[in-house]
Amino acid sequence: GVLRGFDQATNIILDESHERVYSTKEGVQQLVLGLYIIRGDNISIVGEIDEELDEKLDLSKLRAHPLKPVIH
Amino acid sequence: MVIPGVQLFFSYFKDLVGREVTVELKNDLAIRGTLHSVDQYLNIKLENTRVVDQDKYPHMVKPNSFFYFFPPSRLSVRNCFIRGSVVRYVQLPPEGVDVELLHDATRREARGG
Repeated sequence: GVLRGFDQATNIILDESHERVYSTKEGVQQLVLGLYIIRGDNISIVGEIDEELDEKLDLSKLRAHPLKPVIH
Repeated sequence: MVIPGVQLFFSYFKDLVGREVTVELKNDLAIRGTLHSVDQYLNIKLENTRVVDQDKYPHMVKPNSFFYFFPPSRLSVRNCFIRGSVVRYVQLPPEGVDVELLHDATRREARGG
């Protein structure tokens, strides 16, 4: 999504957001979520998307292991 | 809350800006990149990001069907911010570590300096 705001605790506001669910068996599932406020405790990485490269991704063909949960 | 010793590593990482590092997260993901910046929480910003072990996590690899044959030069994500609380290790090239300096600094810190 689009990062609209953040604070020192890394709480963020994410607009036009969608969740990508990866699987080793079928293509990527995209779930539209809309406007979210995400509590910083739950955040591991905030990555800046290169739109040019991201557009070239064929999500239906992509197979990937979903990421493991964070264990503190 | 001030945690003793964190200021030491904050200063240490500030001196490492510009170096290639591999950040291993608590979910076993390993991300390599150039250290762009660090803050008091040891949050890390990396540039020219790539994932170590791309066979397992190809969605963070160059979106090209040939990626199994050619090493990826670019990612969908070029720059990223990693929250300090999820970092397990920051792996550095051995030349980048002055063990003596760190040893002295940590000894001083432990003594309560």
